[in-house]
Amino acid sequence: MATQTARASRSPVGLAATAESLLLQHEVEQLLYREARLLDDWNLDEWLTLYTSDARYTAPTTDLPDGDPASDLVFIDDDYARMTARVVRLKSRHAHREYPWSRTRRFIGNVIVASVDGDEIEATASVAVWRFRAGESAPYVGRYDLRLRRVSERLMICRKRAILDQEELSDHGALSIIF
Amino acid sequence: MEIGELVYDRPDLGKFRVHRSSMALPEIYELEKRRIFDKCWLYLGHESEAPNPGDYVRRVVAERALFFTRNRDGELAVFHNTCPHRGALICRTDRGNAQVFQCFYHAWSFNSSGELIGMPDSDGYGPDFDRTELGLRSPRFDSYKGFIFVCFDQETESLVDYLAGAAEYLDLVADQSRTGMRVIPGSNRYTIKANWKLLAENSIDGYHALPTHQTYFEYMANEAGGNIPSISNRRGLGRALGNGHGVIENDAIYGRPVAMWHPYFGEEARPEIERIKDDLVARHGREKAIRMCEKTRNMVIFPNLVINDIMAVTIRVFQPTGPDSMDVTAWEMAPAEETGDLLRRRLDSFLTFLGPGGFATPDDTEALESCQQGFRSGGVEWSDLSRGFYRNPRGDDELQMRSFWRRWQSRIAELPYVEQYERGLARGEMPEALPSPELSVAADD
Repeated sequence: MATQTARASRSPVGLAATAESLLLQHEVEQLLYREARLLDDWNLDEWLTLYTSDARYTAPTTDLPDGDPASDLVFIDDDYARMTARVVRLKSRHAHREYPWSRTRRFIGNVIVASVDGDEIEATASVAVWRFRAGESAPYVGRYDLRLRRVSERLMICRKRAILDQEELSDHGALSIIF
Repeated sequence: MEIGELVYDRPDLGKFRVHRSSMALPEIYELEKRRIFDKCWLYLGHESEAPNPGDYVRRVVAERALFFTRNRDGELAVFHNTCPHRGALICRTDRGNAQVFQCFYHAWSFNSSGELIGMPDSDGYGPDFDRTELGLRSPRFDSYKGFIFVCFDQETESLVDYLAGAAEYLDLVADQSRTGMRVIPGSNRYTIKANWKLLAENSIDGYHALPTHQTYFEYMANEAGGNIPSISNRRGLGRALGNGHGVIENDAIYGRPVAMWHPYFGEEARPEIERIKDDLVARHGREKAIRMCEKTRNMVIFPNLVINDIMAVTIRVFQPTGPDSMDVTAWEMAPAEETGDLLRRRLDSFLTFLGPGGFATPDDTEALESCQQGFRSGGVEWSDLSRGFYRNPRGDDELQMRSFWRRWQSRIAELPYVEQYERGLARGEMPEALPSPELSVAADD
């Protein structure tokens, strides 16, 4: 792969393609890093602005990672309105599992741009979120399947499927944060 | 303190208290294993989870590894998940289909009826070697309307006798479908670091709903474009169902897939939900159908099964793993014939409130763990469960929790159990002077 890239970059056309690919990779990573930072900072209103108005945020259950919200039980299947309601709830001081808020630190890695189709980009990433609260410290570990869309020059998230690797929620007892 | 004094039950004084050591001491937990979980009928799974011959499902019940399957004739079989040879787990995946179960350790093989059908180098065993003694072993099991239970005691009464008044409430779920209810793929599996009896209480505790789940009610009110419905004005009652089982039955204040429309479902869903309701009226008569559609039910079947028929139908079972921890598994049910938008609405309705990512269940988990941490604080020995003692119990009173604890007390201390009929409100036995068991308008305090 690296060899091919190096060879391709010797020609002006190849160089341009490589630069474009690197720029896109950078842009996707920056978007995910930014999301991670906003969530770690509990800057949830700002977090919502990363998503398109037709966005979908889904988290399948731990025993059925391929679960389809149309036919299977999942943990979370939010449209933008329910994402907003989730933010309102988490900020309300009455989401008792997250009041006081837990401390979290998200690590994003293995970001792979899988395909580009016009304005839309499919990508995947590995994620670990360390969560600390009330004497507990444990990670949520998993993968994001993402669809991103370029909306007037800006890259936004229109679909996030957050898939946990845990077999069950034995440490945290809930998925009380935005994963 | 004697083991028989952990529940302080004085109707004459209007006092009902539970000693907190019952939810914290390892000795009590050890007693519970022998005197409750070794004696009671315990939920294993639902028949719809293994519809075809060879389908199998693995479960842990009261710390015992089990699995159930269907043999070639379609008959249900339940086995202890251990090789009769040397002990290894026979079934090592959560679900699948197999005609033969082979132990990976020495490759002994069993058919779906549990018979030992082969092993490598069988010549190594002598002429008196009896294969029939080395088949898979089954616990006692039975099913009611598709709900499969196991019992590790031969002396315990039959399942239907054990279920007592809870059977009628399982009917109210099973009868929602023409073809039978099914368990939807996917389950919620989580651990709560609290005593298992706190979840039994919480599951039939109407009093906590509004304070604990304020954000849920605000969300639903917002969806409906209106105000938060007043729980204190809704009609509801609590009932003891016998044998420690209890239920609260309330007016629905949110939408129900079977079958009460709510703005949340959208106007386009209205005719279809009305049609389901009409169909239930035609099949079950108006009284029962209206109850099925417009009332919600939260039921505990002693000791560790919850059937919630609320904004969705759920099965929740909790396996204690110590005095201060339990593993919870929850499933969602739907009529087998339900597909498309109907199913999608049902699934979505579940997610508003329920599950580890829902707008309410995490609050309950926090509340239970908070209680367990509070117990360690000391200074207070007893928890109070006397609400509604003086009146016909409403849905936000505590009769149904008291009935759970009375049965717990009798089992843990091996005391004779006499069903207590607080003011007659149990198993539908009503003195004439009291209102009928129909839901009555709750009086304001």
